Amino acid sequence: MAQQFRPTSPHLSVYRFTLTMTMSIIHRVLGVGLYLGTILFVLWLGAAALGQDQLGGVQGFFAHPIIQVGLFLYTWTLFHHMAGGIKHFIWDTGSGFDAASRETITIATLVFSIAATLVVWALFVWF
Amino acid sequence: MAELVLDKRSRPKAGKTWPKPEGATNLREYQVYRYDPDTQENPRIDTYFVDLDDCGPMILDGLLWIKNNIDPTLTLRRSCREGICGSCAMNIDGANTLACTKGMDEVSKGAVKVYPLPHMPVVKDLVPDLSTFYEQHKSVQPWLQTKSPTPDTEWLQSREDRAKLDGLYECILCACCSTSCPSYWWNGEKYLGPAVLLQAYRWLIDSRDEATSERLDDLEDPFKLYRCHTIMNCAKVCPKGLNPAKAIAEIKKMMIERKVA
Repeated sequence: MAQQFRPTSPHLSVYRFTLTMTMSIIHRVLGVGLYLGTILFVLWLGAAALGQDQLGGVQGFFAHPIIQVGLFLYTWTLFHHMAGGIKHFIWDTGSGFDAASRETITIATLVFSIAATLVVWALFVWF
Repeated sequence: MAELVLDKRSRPKAGKTWPKPEGATNLREYQVYRYDPDTQENPRIDTYFVDLDDCGPMILDGLLWIKNNIDPTLTLRRSCREGICGSCAMNIDGANTLACTKGMDEVSKGAVKVYPLPHMPVVKDLVPDLSTFYEQHKSVQPWLQTKSPTPDTEWLQSREDRAKLDGLYECILCACCSTSCPSYWWNGEKYLGPAVLLQAYRWLIDSRDEATSERLDDLEDPFKLYRCHTIMNCAKVCPKGLNPAKAIAEIKKMMIERKVA
């Protein structure tokens, strides 16, 4: 007898997102974001190697508000992906799995990455 | 590749709103996933109103009240009604749990939304096909395996070794955790999922079991074990308060420990 069609039950559309689930997805997205940001970084590095004029050109390009936003997000991406990596390293040791710890560690990665981004930009860009 | 959106035939459509029970003043709305395999129609979401003055406090009580008083065709699995059999696992208010141990008062606002366990083939209404899940459980050979000669009495175990099984042996295989896991949604054929891996670990750390090495060999696979990305939905959702994510981490540690040993 041929297997009857069976619908797949709803999943993403009905499941209430949990904090750890959301941050897991964000970790992956930011991993892709690192590639994009690294393109900007290599552009800057390459220009610096070529000479003063080229570097000036890239610096001018980086001064554009949209690129500034991109660089700001890239800084956050770097910090957050690093914090996420440390979080996963802690979990790999078998620690931090109880309900309170796993939520706390996850919130801590967010707090750290946002604070570190603001500090770096405040020190090196804004002031 | 993960299919994030349901195929056309699986998408639920708006369903029927059943009349409110006559004379009832204390009503609770239920929105329930329905699928009838005898028609060619898509699944649908039906709306019911339960008379709370005539019904027990749990979600399962409400579903059975609907079945007894409004719509006898509503299909669901249930047996023990006290959280020990695992039959009535379903998605309630956006998270998997047992309908019998979840109170209606725990779903604070609006309608009680009830779906089958997520990303599973639906047999009918709230009944998913768990065949693959059971096959996966069978694949980890969930029984004591020994090589030493069988003792005249029991296989003995110290109190400390017995304590290592706490938090594992209580699993009732309801599949709430596995079907809460996005990794299992996308790779459910190849990734064993949290429930089965917790069971695998239950035998791996049993001091009496002598097939540890073979068991680890079987799990040493890019999909079976390593599709766990510590998303933690399993640990959050287990209706028995167990921690499959932790058990999986312990298996990963055993893998590394035997490599460096």
